[in-house]
Amino acid sequence: MSLRKRYWKYRFIFILLLPTIAYFLVFSYFPFYGVVIAFKDLQIFKGIWASPWVGFKHFETLFASPKFAQLLENTLLISVYRLVFGFPVPILFALLLNEVRIIWFKRVVQTITYFPHFLSWVIFGGIVFNFIGPQGIINLFLTNAGMEPIGFVTNPDYFRPIVVVTGILKEFGWSAIIYLAALSAIDPQLYEAAKIDGAKKWRQIWHVTLPGIRSTIIMLFILSLASILDAGFEQVFILSNPSVLDVSDIIDTYVYRVGLLDANYGLATATGLFKGIVGAALIITANFIIRRTGEKSLW
Amino acid sequence: MVKGTIAQLDHDEKQLINHQSNLDRNPWWAQTMIYMILFILSIITLLPLVNVLSISLSEADAIYRNPMMLVPRQFTIEAYQYIFSTRILLTSFGVSVFATVMGTLLNLMFTITGGYALSKTQIPAYKYWMWFIIFPMLFSAGLIPMYILLKNLHLIDSIWVLVFTGLVAPFYLILMRNFFWSIPEELEESARMEGASDLRILLHVVIPLSKPAIATIGLFYAVGHWNDLFTGLFFINDNTKWPLQVLLRSIIIDMNALNTRSLGALTNEAGRIIVAGENIKAATIIFSIVPILMVYPFLQKYFVKGILLGSVKG
Repeated sequence: MSLRKRYWKYRFIFILLLPTIAYFLVFSYFPFYGVVIAFKDLQIFKGIWASPWVGFKHFETLFASPKFAQLLENTLLISVYRLVFGFPVPILFALLLNEVRIIWFKRVVQTITYFPHFLSWVIFGGIVFNFIGPQGIINLFLTNAGMEPIGFVTNPDYFRPIVVVTGILKEFGWSAIIYLAALSAIDPQLYEAAKIDGAKKWRQIWHVTLPGIRSTIIMLFILSLASILDAGFEQVFILSNPSVLDVSDIIDTYVYRVGLLDANYGLATATGLFKGIVGAALIITANFIIRRTGEKSLW
Repeated sequence: MVKGTIAQLDHDEKQLINHQSNLDRNPWWAQTMIYMILFILSIITLLPLVNVLSISLSEADAIYRNPMMLVPRQFTIEAYQYIFSTRILLTSFGVSVFATVMGTLLNLMFTITGGYALSKTQIPAYKYWMWFIIFPMLFSAGLIPMYILLKNLHLIDSIWVLVFTGLVAPFYLILMRNFFWSIPEELEESARMEGASDLRILLHVVIPLSKPAIATIGLFYAVGHWNDLFTGLFFINDNTKWPLQVLLRSIIIDMNALNTRSLGALTNEAGRIIVAGENIKAATIIFSIVPILMVYPFLQKYFVKGILLGSVKG
């Protein structure tokens, strides 16, 4: 069958595919044309095409400025702290839930702890500030008790811990679902076999439960590593303020501020492009590693 | 059972929910401790919400004296009356409702048609069409090129930008495709034998069988639209067209859109402060949680299915 005939045969399918293709062409592929801004001095009245080329000037500015090191440090530190302190929490939570024998109790706990996942960071941030803001209930309580208020929001030392802790509080329940799914898929016979072999509780966990969720853990860990440049734009944006900018400014917030607020398009596009390329390289590597370990790859 | 069918999904879901671990039982003290920890975790999640609710229903006077409350003190609904009297909040609410309803409808149309098309692996160059969809997930041009594009399309400062920038998400497209794969090919074949057109098969055979998947994906899209801060923040400067989240940020975080600072505080005849920044903020938070709370039972019904759908081998 000729190619044309084959396409004609599936014309209905392609008509259905057309809107999706058109959407991605316009909103995902066409913007790549705008990437040339990273290599130009965009003058808004001349338009992209007539603006002069400047080669790698914006990249040189970016890499040479002390700001770049700071952005990278802030982004990586938040991500690493999240991995170290946040990553194990849903696993432990799932293991604890797994011990619960009273079904209604388990359901109630799940219903409550999943809920914050569905709130936006604006709302969750509002609830956080209700506690730790300058007029928040902790500080009102302290001042009423005659003590000095604590500058949770304004003191840079508190920023990273607050990001990590509030991130855990919002997502630990929801993130546990995928582990619970893995736990419920473990073959009960494995436990019986372990018991016959005389394995006590901890041995059963070590030799049956953990191996049962190992592949899920590994996959999610590799994925978190791959998205290490995503420090959580929305959360950081909501929780930060000018007084903690030195520790809170991450790549994404910088692109937004420099690009959209200061209209320094060239530098912002270059910074975004840097992040995009490194991020894509990381996720492709991650997929390669996952495939090599024999797990189901991402695509 | 065939992997990924509705029956299999229901079965997996029940198994997940009613799962009883086959591990040995703990000694009573360890088991009590586990229950205690889980109880405390639930309380930590729940109490801040209860506190915000109580603050929103209390007089500012009482809040200043002691904000750690779990039931309202000096009960008043003035804070709610105040936020409803400000036009801008209702306008924003309307914008968000528009973005969520219109956005989700279009999302589903694109995701169902696209997902169905991509479930047909026999189409020419299938692999390349898939790559066409996956690539944008891995690499995007970035914020500024997007901004320039939207400017050229005259979508900046238009509420349609909230709908058009995320018409279809590759991830949900793939989820939908995986679900369509689970529908037995024979059902479509037999309908075709009886002379049903392609369109008829899609509308009357495939879609009715996919209701759980469509509901799941639709709910996730809807929550995404409702909670979307960035599209409005980046691309809408006119505050009469702000979606709720952008306005909320301005009220809750910056404390300026409702002008509460210049307002100072509303006092009653006896000189007690009734409404101030604290209970207005709390009332705004509660106001925007309510819609999420209303769909939460449905979300809960479907999200386990969603997770299971995502883990179907693709």
